[in-house]
Amino acid sequence: MKTINIDSKVWREMGLSDADYQRICQLLGRQPSYEEIGIFSVMWSEHCSYKHSKPELRKLPTSGQQVIQGPGENAGIVDIGDNQAIVFKMESHNHPSAIEPYQGAATGVGGIVRDVFTMGARPIALLNSLRFGQLDDAHVRYLFSGVVAGIAGYGNCLGIPTVAGEVFFDNSYRGNPLVNAMCVGLVNHQDIRLGAASGVGNAVMLIGAKTGRDGIHGATFASEELSDESESKRPSVQVGDPFMEKLLIEACLELIAAGVVVGMQDLGAAGLTSSSSEMASRENNGIDLDVSKVPLRESGMTPYEIMLSESQERMLVIVEPDRIEEVKAILTKWGLDATVVGRVTDDGHLRVRYQDQVVADIPATLLADEAPVVEAEFKRPAYLDSKQKWQVEDLAQPGDLVQAFIDVLKSPNVASKEWVYRQYDHMVRTNTVVLPGSDAAVIRIKGTTKGVALTADCNPRHVYLDPYEGGKAAVAEAARNVACTGASPLAITNCLNFGNPEKPEIFYTFKEALRGMGEACSALNTPVTGGNVSFYNETNGQAVYPTPSIGMVGLIDNTDNMITSGLKNTGDLILLIGEYGHELGGSEYLATVHNLVAGRPPAVDLNTEKGLQQFLVTAAEQKMLNSAHDISEGGLACCLAEKAIAGKLGVDVNIKLSGKRSDVILFNESHSRVLVSCSPDRLEQVKSLAAQYGMPVYSLGTVGGDRFSLAVNDTTIEVPLVDLSRYWKEAIACCMKPS
Amino acid sequence: MKAGIIVFPGSNCDSDAMHVCQQVMGWDTDYIWHAENQFARKYDLILIPGGFSYGDYLRSGAIARFANIMSAVADHAKGGGYVLGICNGFQILTEANLLPGALLRNNHLQFRCEQVWLKVENADSPFTCAAQEGQLIQVPIAHMDGNYFADKETLEQLQENNQILLRYVDETGLLTAAANPNGAIHNIAGICNEAGNVCGMMPHPERAAEHILGSADGRIIFESILQHWGER
Amino acid sequence: MFTARIYVTLKEGVLDPQGGAVMNSLHTLGYQSVKDVRVGKYLVVSVQASSQEQAEKQVNEMCAKLLANPVIEDYKFEFVGE
Repeated sequence: MKTINIDSKVWREMGLSDADYQRICQLLGRQPSYEEIGIFSVMWSEHCSYKHSKPELRKLPTSGQQVIQGPGENAGIVDIGDNQAIVFKMESHNHPSAIEPYQGAATGVGGIVRDVFTMGARPIALLNSLRFGQLDDAHVRYLFSGVVAGIAGYGNCLGIPTVAGEVFFDNSYRGNPLVNAMCVGLVNHQDIRLGAASGVGNAVMLIGAKTGRDGIHGATFASEELSDESESKRPSVQVGDPFMEKLLIEACLELIAAGVVVGMQDLGAAGLTSSSSEMASRENNGIDLDVSKVPLRESGMTPYEIMLSESQERMLVIVEPDRIEEVKAILTKWGLDATVVGRVTDDGHLRVRYQDQVVADIPATLLADEAPVVEAEFKRPAYLDSKQKWQVEDLAQPGDLVQAFIDVLKSPNVASKEWVYRQYDHMVRTNTVVLPGSDAAVIRIKGTTKGVALTADCNPRHVYLDPYEGGKAAVAEAARNVACTGASPLAITNCLNFGNPEKPEIFYTFKEALRGMGEACSALNTPVTGGNVSFYNETNGQAVYPTPSIGMVGLIDNTDNMITSGLKNTGDLILLIGEYGHELGGSEYLATVHNLVAGRPPAVDLNTEKGLQQFLVTAAEQKMLNSAHDISEGGLACCLAEKAIAGKLGVDVNIKLSGKRSDVILFNESHSRVLVSCSPDRLEQVKSLAAQYGMPVYSLGTVGGDRFSLAVNDTTIEVPLVDLSRYWKEAIACCMKPS
Repeated sequence: MKAGIIVFPGSNCDSDAMHVCQQVMGWDTDYIWHAENQFARKYDLILIPGGFSYGDYLRSGAIARFANIMSAVADHAKGGGYVLGICNGFQILTEANLLPGALLRNNHLQFRCEQVWLKVENADSPFTCAAQEGQLIQVPIAHMDGNYFADKETLEQLQENNQILLRYVDETGLLTAAANPNGAIHNIAGICNEAGNVCGMMPHPERAAEHILGSADGRIIFESILQHWGER
Repeated sequence: MFTARIYVTLKEGVLDPQGGAVMNSLHTLGYQSVKDVRVGKYLVVSVQASSQEQAEKQVNEMCAKLLANPVIEDYKFEFVGE
């Protein structure tokens, strides 16, 4: 190997510190080559190595009877019985989407889909969790419409329904939107494949798209803050080809069905470098690559560029030598190339050659497992005390509560997301039995009576105001949404979006949010099966709200028992399961009507939460309820409105609570509360079941008519249902209309 | 009843069509790979499913029409066999000149997936004969290029020969601009050829063939084919 | 080698929503002078042929068969270079 003289400029420009470089020299026992520095710089970047987050991630609960595969693989796996399992994972594509929203979001979808089918699973659903600035800003509208179109353009072409998710608007995301995509797949146990390079002497084959110069150092880019210069980094953004991905899905699943591959891994961040070193280190084997064999899209690419290219829609598969021809035949059928680019060795080294010349030779574990771990400093942010000091007594109740209600209902955070999800094909595969817009989507599993409930949740305003309670609440709310359909929550994936972890106040929010999440996951028996950390979500030094997005999977044994959110029958009773609540801190009402983000956000009592969810699951099994909808953003008032709009039925509700402010009753976002409806002859049954789980039941009113009538103490909100429906459904579309 | 479902690279409603033909209707159904030159056996119905054949690069359906199998499809149509193109299948059939007109980009430039109301305009065709004329059915759409276009002369012919099978209407059956989800001329959602045996429609009846999916109205299309075939 | 620059545009009378959207956007940017915008496709195709006449014949065929849909689109092309 030729060693060229390398000065500090080289590694610093690639994002390595001088200390990192010294460590590399020490670990290798020599100076690294230029190519090796490039390989280390991406593999030791925050994005690939999790160097700041690892110590905290290790504290999360990851085991449970239902877990087949926990963190560390391409995706997590949970058992759903009948020899079937669900494979799922969530990942961020924030920085690419800030620079080029359409392609950034599209390739985010492409990446997460590959993570799922690489495990042998058929992708059956997509979700996403999106955050933007406010829609009165033209640049935000450009980002929002571009991201939604990108997700649609890619996912729709693949024929994977995009069935659920969330969209949240707040100024903190103005320059740094969050685009978190989640993919869910279905697999039979025997078809599960891991991303491991097993079998010394086996061939390493590269399949799918040709390699170009796109996205070189994308992983490093993701590990920096955005600045005004970031737009000029555009070449870092890759372009997706969903048609190629669709062919790859079909070809890879056919390879697995034919039993001709022993391991499979997609090429994501850091391309060939990370996929090969991860595959090798998982099995304590080595991989010997000849990059001159890699099919190229551009001429004159150097070994360095080939190793770090992030060209999309490529997979690495491990194949026994006598089955190479079978692999090629299947790929040819799908019009794809398959090229042997290396072989599995027994020495644990990632060795990169260009024909006869070795350009890099590194023990794979140094790359995948030996990245420096940072014990980050943390400090309670100063803002917390001043924000939490706020009390409801400081607030004057608005004169016109009816207008306040309409304003909250029309706020883009509460309003219908139909403008978004009607651009996604959410029905393809004919399994979506609860469509977007409900608490959680439900996907039926054909050939069984089962269904899988899916949701993505996080109220970042709450996490901002109290990272621990907010983190706990994100998990609790996701589980509650799943339980509202009648499904039992199984497990979570997550996407942890935070600012620069080198800032102690940011790292405190990370640490605390994870502590909250971990407690909730343990209490609700929904272990973490994997996920992704995205740090450095800052624009010109200003961090986004701490945003730990939670992706939750639940299981319902019989889809006949499913519950949806909309009211069903005239004459049904409307019941509140849980308390009237009192916590107004961090509410949508405060933000929209009073332009205030303050107070202590609602706290979750995990015992109560668990009781409520068990009640919901049992009530569904016993077919007691005709609808159920979780009370969250916008409080009881908006929850009731959404139930009425979805069911196209009016309501007549009367709440008398002396000594309590009407705005608090209408808009507080206290947890562990659900509005349900049932036929009057079921009331006693519902009450006694709720009592078993320690849940109070309050009868609020009845279903029927064409008016939304909600009286609280001396305030009466009375709106024709058609108007209510229009306010809620058209709010976002109105913001997006070309002026 | 024997049905064949053509699979192109990029087809993605092929398994949905299979589910309805095989599980819901109980038909003897095969997939037919695009690269074949002929059908392995004789089919009563050839179904061209939705999706993004060849990525829909260039124009939706433009590349698929040159696939090997398409000459067999044309022969099947010429011989009077049923051909049903749904969504991308409709686009392919127009590109292949088996149906008149073309499908342009939606007028609002967005992909649109939602339930729509359709009015059965002609209940005599093999694809609608189980319905009543004027019947309203609720069936979802999911497309980017569903804006049906035909020149004046073609439209007059379609009208004269009763080739317009389905139009987009509101839930009361009125033909309004607001009920038109893509800008299609005269709210046209589905048509057939002059002989009546080749049909293309943008809405997805296979997505509305079971109550658990929110509507079973789309089943009437498949029941019509069965009924017509039985009477033949 | 002959290189053809091919322009595919929507026919007169066929609604062009993309063109409409671009025109609206130009108007918002203050270009009130814009009276019409049509969006089309631009393809560059390199053809091996013995003469320009030969190449022209081939390109014409390609356009009529695949590159343009005669129901909705017009095309024209020019040769550049050799």
